[in-house]
Amino acid sequence: MQLNREELIKAYQGMCRIREFEDAVHEEFASGALPGFVHLYAGEEASAMGICLNLDDQDTIASTHRGHGHCIAKGCDSKGMMKELFGKKDGICGGKGGSMHIADLTKGMLGANGIVGGGPPLTCGAALTFKTKKTGNVAVCFLGDGASNQGTTAESINMASILKLPAIFVVEDNGYAEATSSDYSVGGNIVDRGKAYGLHAEKVDGTDFFAVHQAAKEAVERAKNNEGPTLLHVKLSRVYGHYEGDAITYRLDEETKDIKENKDPIKIFKRKVTESGLLEESQLEEIEKNIKKEIEEAVSESKEAKYPVESDLLTDVYVKY
Amino acid sequence: MSKKTFRESINEAIKQEMRRDENVIVLGEDVAGGAGTKGDQDAWGGPMAVTKGLAPEFGRERVIDTPITESAIIGTAAGAALTGLRPIADLMFVDFMGVCFDQIFNQAGKFRYMFGGKAVTPLTIRTMYGGGLRAASQHSQCLYPIFTHIPGLKVVIPSNPYDAKGLFVQAVRDDDPVVFFEHKMMYDDEGEVPDELYTIPFGEANFTREGKDVALISMGRTVNLCNQVADEIKKDNISCSVLDLRTLSPLDEDSILEAVEETGRVVIVDESSPRCNVATDISALISDKAFSSLKAPVKMITPPHTPVPFSPALEDLYLPSADNIKKTISNILN
Ligand SMILES: Cc1ncc(C[n+]2csc(CCOP(=O)(O)OP(=O)(O)O)c2C)c(N)n1
Ligand SMILES: [Mg+2]
Repeated sequence: MQLNREELIKAYQGMCRIREFEDAVHEEFASGALPGFVHLYAGEEASAMGICLNLDDQDTIASTHRGHGHCIAKGCDSKGMMKELFGKKDGICGGKGGSMHIADLTKGMLGANGIVGGGPPLTCGAALTFKTKKTGNVAVCFLGDGASNQGTTAESINMASILKLPAIFVVEDNGYAEATSSDYSVGGNIVDRGKAYGLHAEKVDGTDFFAVHQAAKEAVERAKNNEGPTLLHVKLSRVYGHYEGDAITYRLDEETKDIKENKDPIKIFKRKVTESGLLEESQLEEIEKNIKKEIEEAVSESKEAKYPVESDLLTDVYVKY
Repeated sequence: MSKKTFRESINEAIKQEMRRDENVIVLGEDVAGGAGTKGDQDAWGGPMAVTKGLAPEFGRERVIDTPITESAIIGTAAGAALTGLRPIADLMFVDFMGVCFDQIFNQAGKFRYMFGGKAVTPLTIRTMYGGGLRAASQHSQCLYPIFTHIPGLKVVIPSNPYDAKGLFVQAVRDDDPVVFFEHKMMYDDEGEVPDELYTIPFGEANFTREGKDVALISMGRTVNLCNQVADEIKKDNISCSVLDLRTLSPLDEDSILEAVEETGRVVIVDESSPRCNVATDISALISDKAFSSLKAPVKMITPPHTPVPFSPALEDLYLPSADNIKKTISNILN
């Protein structure tokens, strides 16, 4: 563990912020306050934070339908995000995008994505910009085990490989795509697929922030040293259903229990840093308290905030019919 | 005959056709759900539970959960159709067509003509369209005009549970590729649906209301909106006919022209984006073939030319509304 105190605190804050955000969305959705489709990232926090703490605002990420965690980890404003989910005018995309389309280009966040497999080609594009302009930045793509089966993913990995793009493909394998197990849907295995196209590819324990952080650090170095793209197969679990409203009948209760008890990256992180004396319990509790307050405010401010109005319907277009 | 939802009527159509013809198979993402898991092996039946109960009855060999791989789903279905099966491919949201257009419009849609009439492609593609669920820009589009544009494809868009079953059975039995559009807000709509199998031929529009003053031409969900308006403005002594197109390809031109001739005033209500859509297509047809019957300009009610916004406040403004239709009717009557 080569992280300093400040970095560890940042990691914990980020993971807690994601968890609080998702738990709050879970509750608000159940109460009927939130419209639309939401897919929660709870349980996968170590991946987003482990990767994004190696990036700066000029590096980019492309995200997925399960994008809240990636957005927060890349520095998007949690209040602006919450307002977006509520469809409010002050939301991070003016209420036009919603949960599946949160984006903040100033933070290098190229967008959550409603299309499974939409992100990998865009990532090649961002990486090509960095390579062409010699900026020394990297482009990261988060995608799921389900998305790993899309043609666009295979095409992009090959493209990144032959052009030696500074790209990192992070396959977050939570075991399921909707109600389908990745054991069933993935032929062969994800690491071998990366290797077959000539990428550096490895499997990473996604419940362990430190493992993800280290693998990402090396991948970023490889990209910056012009050694080509990396594929990380990050094994983790989602706490909630595929989307809010999913009855999760394809998963046994004992599996959900095991996920909550034994695969929670935040609990695992907390245990590691306190047992090794890197951070004190009281310090972590202070963080938890502050984040809780921040998210509670995000929810109450979002509820108060104003909806967009008729004149907002026809902004951000180049022609009006 | 019994009351069934839109969802149940399609489910029944698929089941009965699968019992009748062993060449009928279903494939798509989570059409059963639960593949490879320790839990329920019929966990979803598609995201709207339309295909629920199929896997237990017909087995996973005929109800195939696929990876997320739309090009391969449609291509597999097209290739299987070309060689002896009668596949029903589930493409979920029509927005995902973007991933697999080649297999639909360069492959499946062209075999019959391009191969000199030697091929049949009995393929049915089910897909969900439309706004109202706050599903935002990539899960709310209509897109049926794009398919209507492609020669070789048939495009079906039912407005009620009775038509849904009859048109679906026709789609399965049809020897050409059919794209079957289901509005995601209509699955719980109820109607009387016969228990037995029946078909509704393609290319036969249906007058759901008779009237003399204005003809409202509509498809899918907008039929219900037009029916509602027609019923409500009766009290103002305005009599509207409502024409439900039922299929966009083939298009029942005769019924459209009949509607124009009987009223001389036409409002077309189309939920798809305003340029090059069904409304503009029909409007062109009318100006070409029924110009002399017109007493007023043909009016089109569509959303504005923007992606579908997420915020409920904006989406409600975006979608065609009863108020908008009423205002338009009163404008052309005065
Ligand atoms: C092109 C496309 N096909 C299908 C879907 C529907 N869909 C949304 S999420 C999802 C499962 C994605 O699984 P995975 O990539 O493993 O991500 P996870 O949900 O597990 O985070 C599916 C099939 C979609 N949004 N886009
Ligand atoms: Mg997954």
